[in-house]
Amino acid sequence: MRYDLTDDQEFFRETARRFIETEVPISTVREWHDLAEGCPQNWWRSAAELGWTSLLVPENLGGGSISDRPIVDLSIVADEMGRGITPGPFMPTNVVADTIARSGNPAQQTLLEEVVSGQAMLAWAVNEPDGLHLDNNFATHATPTNGGYTIAGTKVAVEAAAQAHHLLVTATAPNGLAQFLLPTNTVGLTITPQESLDLGRRFAQVQLEGVQVGTDALVGSPGAPTEADVCRQRNIMVLLQCADNAGAASKVLEFTVEYAFDRYSFGRPLASYQALKHRFADMKMWAEASCAAVDGAADALAAGQAEAQMISVAKSYVGDYSVELMHECVQMHGGIGVTYDHDLHLYLRRATVNRGLFGTPSDHRAQLSQMLGY
Amino acid sequence: MTMTDQFIYTEPDPLELAEYREQVQTWMNENMPKRDPLNPWHPSEDDNERSSRNRELQRRLHDAGFAAVCYPKEYGGQSLTVAHQRIIDDVSEGFDMPILFSAPTLSIIGPILLEFGTEEQKQRYIPRFIRGDDLWVQFMSEPSGGSDLAGALTRADKDGDSFVINGSKIWSTFAQRSDFALMLARTNWEVPKHRGLTMFIVPIHQPGIEIHTIKMADGTDEFCQEYFNDLLVPAENVVGKVDDGWTVATRLLFHERAAVGGASPYTQGKMRQRRADSLEDLAVLAAKEPVGDAGNRRQQLGRLETLNRVHRLLSDRVVRGIKGGHLPGPAGSLVRLFHGLVGVEQASVNMDLYGQQALVWDEGASVGDHGVRFVQRQAACIGGGTTEMARNIISERILGMPRELATDKELPFNQVPRNG
Repeated sequence: MRYDLTDDQEFFRETARRFIETEVPISTVREWHDLAEGCPQNWWRSAAELGWTSLLVPENLGGGSISDRPIVDLSIVADEMGRGITPGPFMPTNVVADTIARSGNPAQQTLLEEVVSGQAMLAWAVNEPDGLHLDNNFATHATPTNGGYTIAGTKVAVEAAAQAHHLLVTATAPNGLAQFLLPTNTVGLTITPQESLDLGRRFAQVQLEGVQVGTDALVGSPGAPTEADVCRQRNIMVLLQCADNAGAASKVLEFTVEYAFDRYSFGRPLASYQALKHRFADMKMWAEASCAAVDGAADALAAGQAEAQMISVAKSYVGDYSVELMHECVQMHGGIGVTYDHDLHLYLRRATVNRGLFGTPSDHRAQLSQMLGY
Repeated sequence: MTMTDQFIYTEPDPLELAEYREQVQTWMNENMPKRDPLNPWHPSEDDNERSSRNRELQRRLHDAGFAAVCYPKEYGGQSLTVAHQRIIDDVSEGFDMPILFSAPTLSIIGPILLEFGTEEQKQRYIPRFIRGDDLWVQFMSEPSGGSDLAGALTRADKDGDSFVINGSKIWSTFAQRSDFALMLARTNWEVPKHRGLTMFIVPIHQPGIEIHTIKMADGTDEFCQEYFNDLLVPAENVVGKVDDGWTVATRLLFHERAAVGGASPYTQGKMRQRRADSLEDLAVLAAKEPVGDAGNRRQQLGRLETLNRVHRLLSDRVVRGIKGGHLPGPAGSLVRLFHGLVGVEQASVNMDLYGQQALVWDEGASVGDHGVRFVQRQAACIGGGTTEMARNIISERILGMPRELATDKELPFNQVPRNG
């Protein structure tokens, strides 16, 4: 959680927390594990009513934010959702909505109304089976045809693909990268749900076999403008992953500290042992530093200043330390911490997925070094 | 935080700040010496040269209005905001700065005088050190123990209008080239340890003080030990109240943790400038004489860059958190702990990146510093309060966990068991 929220942002944050605590307590999160769709559509609509899908969409397209730094507003929700391990296609929907709002054509932008109201979800088909593609070199190809493109390739780990109404597909075209917005019922497009370490969010494989589209499916112009869009999408995605993990790590630390006060052994609470107190001190530092890294990344992205560097700094730090903190908290709990009934593994599962998708901490360290010319 | 803070934390207009940055940049380009990344800490310089170079640079900053800008105008500062000081810090990265004044003089001693000093003490001492005339040190730790500061054994006995001081202090930085010290001494032995201490201002170069330098494992000798033999200090030099020195010392430790951790609004320039540990410098050196495979090097440099940036962000966050009441005052210890761990990491990575050059080198080559520095690595986790103390403070005073057992808290000090 940030320490510099405006009154409006603080009210927005508090509303999100209360909504999560009353509508989706962890017991409900567990119930939703059995839902193929991940979360009930009507719940997503009430989340949208709180503004969770409107922040990156400008007012003239039906959206609106809390402050003049919508990216920061968005990170507030991610932090709260991390605390609550709240399901829902929050990340891909906002990332894709942002690109449609910035680069989409007027017809595509009319979709945003349904996105903002929570009736439509969006997914970003970018990851491929053989890895990361931080270099924007995708195997999925868009070949120009008469009056359009044929797209072929395989995308994996596409969050909310099976729930979304539209997919944003990132592909290699002759002039550089191209992105297409496709309805999920497009001919030649097969969506197969995948299993995930994260039991709350839904991921799927997207197979594109000779998908024929017109140029009206293009989002933005192929080449450099689309590369800039893809970079921004990745930056927002990583920011949200980091905010989610920082919020989750703070929450896990809170309930583990509580446990250390309540749990007695040899006639003393765990919290009285210096060997453990010192480990808790390290964890408190990791949690605050993780939040600090998210603060810095959100500020950089909002200001458009060296944002890719700060995003990689955040992933490099938060990716590692938030997950390490959770493992340490498992250790503090002892045997109960490795059981299915305890909530710890739910946090760890989600945080591990956030850590690994869109670049591991090592990937981002390498990127950071390269950006700085080392 | 219970006490008021004098510095201004509000965010000024970004436009004004941009102008200020330009002003500082122009002035520095024209007036401050450039720092040589390959040889940033003047290894050949002796203590005298170092001291006069720092005084001269401080004077230059002062005359241009860029010295200690967060200090109130009436004591020689500029009454500007923390954001202004951070701009100076940023811009100064490529320049030689009077880093000796940063700590303890400006970031630890100054805030204490502002908070507890009499009006006369403030007028008399603060403008002088902002102008570069006086360097200060702390006489806090004693040979009998560093972490247990309240267990000080140096005695101050009232004699008319003066106090007579006897005992010894240690780990004062650069005392032999400094002018004044803040000293904690015991004025009452009949009460528990925290209630019988007093803080004094002590002019260093006078009869009754003997200073010895301590040669450290890395060969440097900036730390000193002092011996006091019937040293006379006038009663007007008491800071705060007699027997209430612990109140002052607690605040001093607060400022020290902030300064060591990089969260102090009163530091000037970047602390790390003293040595070749700026990452840009390291990258320059690593590119000049690369060791090992490029992928591994990028991982290590990426990790250091990450830690350095998060260090700064954490320090900003903690200052904001304390100011806004989200974190308690002792949260400065989070930054202190982070600082120690980054220091360790930095020394270790340097060691790896320089490989055998840091182990065996051509006569006079500065690359050997990295090997020496690796040997001295833990200093970052010891000086300015150990990381163990920081972890105690974080767990007890931020997370509220039970305090460590102390048997000497309520006992009159003359009944407390102590070293041989």
